[in-house]
Amino acid sequence: MELMFSVALGILTSCGVFLILRARTFSVVLGLTLLSHAVNLFLFSMGRLTSGAPAIVGLTPTSADPLPQALVLTAIVISFAMTAFVVVLSLKAAVELRSDHVDGENPNEDRP
Amino acid sequence: MVPGLIILLPVLGALASWLLSRNAPDAGIRIHTALAALAPLTGFLLLAVYWPNVTTNDPMVTTVQWIPQLGLDLSFRLDGLSWLFATLITGIGCLIILYARYYFDGKASAPRFFILIQLFMTAMLGIVLSENLLFMLVFWELTSLMSFLLIGFNWSSRGARRGARMSLVITGGGGLALLAGILLLGNMAGSFQLSDILAQGETLHNHSLYPLMLSLVLLGAFTKSAQAPFHLWLPHAMAAPTPVSAYLHSATMVKAGLFLMARLHPALGDTELWFGLITVTGMVTLMVGAFVAMFMHDIKGLLAYSTISHLGLITMLIGMGSEMAMAAALFHLVCHALFKAPLFMMAGYVDQATGSRDMQLINGLWRWMPALMIVTVIPAAAMAGLPLMSGYLSKKMLFSESLLVTAPPWADVVIPMWVTVAGLFSVAYSVRIFHNIFLNGLPRDLPVWPLKKKPIYALIPLAILASLSLAVGLMPQAIYDHLVHIAVLAATPSHLPLYDFSALAEAHTPAMMSLLAMLAGLAVYTARKPLFAIHARLPEVDAKDIFETLMQRTIRFSQTLVYQLENGSLQRYLALILMTTVALVAWNLTGLEQWQGPVPLSALDPLVVFGVSILCLSAIGVVLFHRYRLPALLLLSVTGLFVTLIFAWFSAPDLALTQLSVEVMAVVIMMLALSFLPQTSPRESRLPRVLRDLFVAVVAGSGVATFTYAVLTRPANSISDFFMANSVPGGGGTNVVNVILVDFRGFDTLGEITVLGIAAVAVFAFTQKLNLKQRVAESGHSHWVAEPHPVFLQMVAHMALPIALLVSAYIFLRGHNMPGGGFIAGLVTAVALTLQYMAGGLVWAHERMRTQFRSLIGAGLLIALLTGMASWVFGYPFLTTTFAHMDWPLIGEFELASALLFDLGVYTTVVGATLLILANLGKLMTIAGPGKEIG
Repeated sequence: MELMFSVALGILTSCGVFLILRARTFSVVLGLTLLSHAVNLFLFSMGRLTSGAPAIVGLTPTSADPLPQALVLTAIVISFAMTAFVVVLSLKAAVELRSDHVDGENPNEDRP
Repeated sequence: MVPGLIILLPVLGALASWLLSRNAPDAGIRIHTALAALAPLTGFLLLAVYWPNVTTNDPMVTTVQWIPQLGLDLSFRLDGLSWLFATLITGIGCLIILYARYYFDGKASAPRFFILIQLFMTAMLGIVLSENLLFMLVFWELTSLMSFLLIGFNWSSRGARRGARMSLVITGGGGLALLAGILLLGNMAGSFQLSDILAQGETLHNHSLYPLMLSLVLLGAFTKSAQAPFHLWLPHAMAAPTPVSAYLHSATMVKAGLFLMARLHPALGDTELWFGLITVTGMVTLMVGAFVAMFMHDIKGLLAYSTISHLGLITMLIGMGSEMAMAAALFHLVCHALFKAPLFMMAGYVDQATGSRDMQLINGLWRWMPALMIVTVIPAAAMAGLPLMSGYLSKKMLFSESLLVTAPPWADVVIPMWVTVAGLFSVAYSVRIFHNIFLNGLPRDLPVWPLKKKPIYALIPLAILASLSLAVGLMPQAIYDHLVHIAVLAATPSHLPLYDFSALAEAHTPAMMSLLAMLAGLAVYTARKPLFAIHARLPEVDAKDIFETLMQRTIRFSQTLVYQLENGSLQRYLALILMTTVALVAWNLTGLEQWQGPVPLSALDPLVVFGVSILCLSAIGVVLFHRYRLPALLLLSVTGLFVTLIFAWFSAPDLALTQLSVEVMAVVIMMLALSFLPQTSPRESRLPRVLRDLFVAVVAGSGVATFTYAVLTRPANSISDFFMANSVPGGGGTNVVNVILVDFRGFDTLGEITVLGIAAVAVFAFTQKLNLKQRVAESGHSHWVAEPHPVFLQMVAHMALPIALLVSAYIFLRGHNMPGGGFIAGLVTAVALTLQYMAGGLVWAHERMRTQFRSLIGAGLLIALLTGMASWVFGYPFLTTTFAHMDWPLIGEFELASALLFDLGVYTTVVGATLLILANLGKLMTIAGPGKEIG
């Protein structure tokens, strides 16, 4: 289980990193969302993977680690707010610079 | 606090001078002079009053704590050594200001000079009166800065600018070395207070870092005191007005390095390294300075090199390390200040009178300036070291000390010969400066003729200094006993008897060496013409040119580097940052001996394998389809959904609920944005770029995977047991995640909802003036569906709203004990309301929405904050929660925690922020749109 989880995290991260390196703002937004999924899962997994034992007192004999969960919960909400902000930023850039390229211009080829 | 006051006085003086020049531009130079002289004069008198305290050899230390954590205190020290230097600084400072009164007569720049020179004085006094070395360092840098401004005083001249820059680079660079040295020293001694450091000589000597620390400290001292090969800045600093040169480059700034060496001598001195570094540097400087000075035709240039040579001499004596050598060093330092300052003043006087400083033109001035000649005789003779003069005594002290050095085998022969030869040159140039200017025939082709003479009063400061110089020569014993000896005591580790000048007078060999140097010097001067001719044929190396070339090259190099790194492409920056991060982490991971830890892997569940596979496939799908944006977005939402399922599977119901509702909102927002953006991305990355990015991505991903795997297979060691144990007794709730959010880490949560609110308001602000209508028209797909608000959806949405609100209330109320809480309830409410917007349209929904979203955010934050503050009323720390169990009729036992109120704040903020973001993005959609603002 742990091995598969780690590999999945690696794939999520790779996809996110590849996308944030693209030249158009929408791809970067997609990449950021994937990366934040990866980061949230990573933080969450630091409390180890336990199934069927939510962190509620008295429900099960053992329970999952509540601390990473609490941290990730707020992280999810904040990364939502940040995604919204980046989206608006990219809209603003698209309007003002008349291009959705991350550098605000429409180069026909990659920069060196 | 007297030392502090002495340091502060010139600052106040500078302020007063500035105010005077601002408010009374017509004020005469006399008023300016009087005002400027007030501070150093008061300081001088204060020092005189405190002289008896200093003679007890018990340093006065006053400390005011400033940043004790850094070991940085405002602390001052007044002992013999600092007293001597401070007296020279204030005393000569007064005379310089008096001299400047005539030098700057009728010039508009006079007030600027008075302000700068007083600020410089502060910096200088700060160096000598500081007890804390870090504090001293601040003043040290300040002298570099102020001298930059003073050397570049005539900033319209290219020479002045370049000279100023050169001095700043060299002394500033030395200052950096000194900073490193002092930090090392402080760490080694465990304190930056001089009293502590001076008491630890033995510990410091035996420390393994002693050589490095000493070299760094000395680098600072050598650059400041113009020791070879760092002496080059001093001649170029002669572009400064003469009062500046007379003050900075004879009596004060260049002595700061000497002061530092003398100051630290008890702690760092008397080692072979100390002797080797300092004495040899001093010897080289002494010879270079004296030799070059002889061939200088510029009066100030000659004086500059002569100063270099004398600084070398003093440095050499300090390096010898014996008490007697230190006595000779400090005695000569006083003598030098007293004869070099008037000689500089004379140079300025001649410069202004004749319009030239070239000694090939200036000759035989005795006819026109007899008074100047008379006051110059004494300092010039002192510099030459003629009998009965102060310089004679100090030079003789040097000779006799040089005979005593025997430690390295070469020293007992080389050093006496070396100093005799240097003495010879110094006699030659001293004779030259006097004979050439005042005698030696008639002046030739002077730019100013007839000579512009200043009033006779202009000679007063020269006369005072000359008579002081004379007094030292006539009564050396008294001057030494009362003024210099206390400084020597402070600069040497042991007590020594007073220097016996009568014994010196009877010493035979030093007298012979003196005589020899004098005769040979005269001979060299007599033979000057052929010597000059030979010197003129030597290849000329202009230090300034070399320096400039080096500077330009450095600047060009850094420019190229900067342009290569910063080419304006965000893609490249991001790639560089990622690669650096990957490299740094990889480097640390290599230390890991084995990746797999001892914890056995848990069994695979087919359901999980299926879910995780879909997660991975959808993520890869997002990448593959990222150029076709709508499919990519749909695949992204699949990813989000499966992340939610993973949370649910691995015992995190709260997270699953949060992720699910956030996912809905995020996809809606991205859909909205997508309608204004191109539907596809052009294919613009070339293959090498794609491969590079792929490489970075795969390496980063493997790193994360490896790291996660390494952690997951190692035993967990969490602090969560505390939360589990205390959740019910301390927080009154069984859902530990929620109790952590609203109670244990309530302060974090408060910060986080604040961030959420700020982000929402920022989105609101951004969309206010965003005009997307044109863009929608351009993209040519104004609506994706024929019917924007289908009736079916409207009906369902209307029915769902009350149920959704009820569910969110339920989730909110049970959150403390079961999965749920303010965050999730807020998101559920927001999703329900968003559905109304989508179904009924913005205008329809907004007309029914009675609340302003921004006030909702504010109200939520306020509730949370006030709940936290309420615990103050009961005398508890911020955000302490309390709870009680109540028995309500019909409902049963109900638990009421103050955390619930805090959670209400969270709920309100989340609802307000989410809807503010959505409504404003949605507003952009409607082409006709409501004119009024939403939110």
